[in-house]
Amino acid sequence: MSLRSDLGRVRGLGSAKEGVAHWWAQRLTAAALVPLLLWFVASLVSLAGADHKAAVAWIGHPVHAVLLLLLLGAGLHHAHLGLQVVIEDYVHREWLKVTSIVLVKFAAALIAAASGFAVLKIAFAG
Amino acid sequence: MSTGSRPLSPHLQIYKPQITSVLSILHRITGIALAIGTLMLMWWLIAAAAGPHAFASAQAALGSWLGRLFLFGWTFALFYHLANGIRHLCWDAGFGFQLRTVSVTGWTVVAAAVVLTFGAWMLGYAAMGGAS
Repeated sequence: MSLRSDLGRVRGLGSAKEGVAHWWAQRLTAAALVPLLLWFVASLVSLAGADHKAAVAWIGHPVHAVLLLLLLGAGLHHAHLGLQVVIEDYVHREWLKVTSIVLVKFAAALIAAASGFAVLKIAFAG
Repeated sequence: MSTGSRPLSPHLQIYKPQITSVLSILHRITGIALAIGTLMLMWWLIAAAAGPHAFASAQAALGSWLGRLFLFGWTFALFYHLANGIRHLCWDAGFGFQLRTVSVTGWTVVAAAVVLTFGAWMLGYAAMGGAS
């Protein structure tokens, strides 16, 4: 017998009131990162010791630029979701926990925006 | 709150390290390391966007022995987290919970991470034509 109301069961948000959005986003970004990271590491291997001209030509290629933006988006989204869980598990002082999570999310957004801008600048302006 | 002389549950260090627990905490540690490593990626991309001079100093720093040590650690962390992440996705899908399977896939992940890390670096040095 379940003690949950019919409405609660339909909403499916559970005791944390946010459902499985966090869990699901973590898995989706993980699945996306498998091919993206294999491609990225293989590319870095071929770029080992490259000079500026070769590196910029590689980053600025339309296909590479799009894949890099996807890698940055999926990667930093996955990273901040993962770090949030680690902080929630180990930091128990409420103000410190909330502050750390907010800082991690802001830092991830900043890294994604700055890196993405660098890729776009190379792609559009060389 | 006084705990008096109530019995305590055993602390973490009481338990013998096992493949399951060691790989589990290693997944977290490599995840944190990879998150910090995104700063390195950002720095490399911004240096490339800033111009030849900035890029040359970034490449020189990454090519120093300390830079290579960081990159090598980053490569292992990435391949470990990637391989063990696939193991986690299989668990999420409901597969691989037998004790023997958990142990076999765990050691497979470790072997894959080591082989892929050394393989990537050997290919990288080959791509540089054996230079330095």
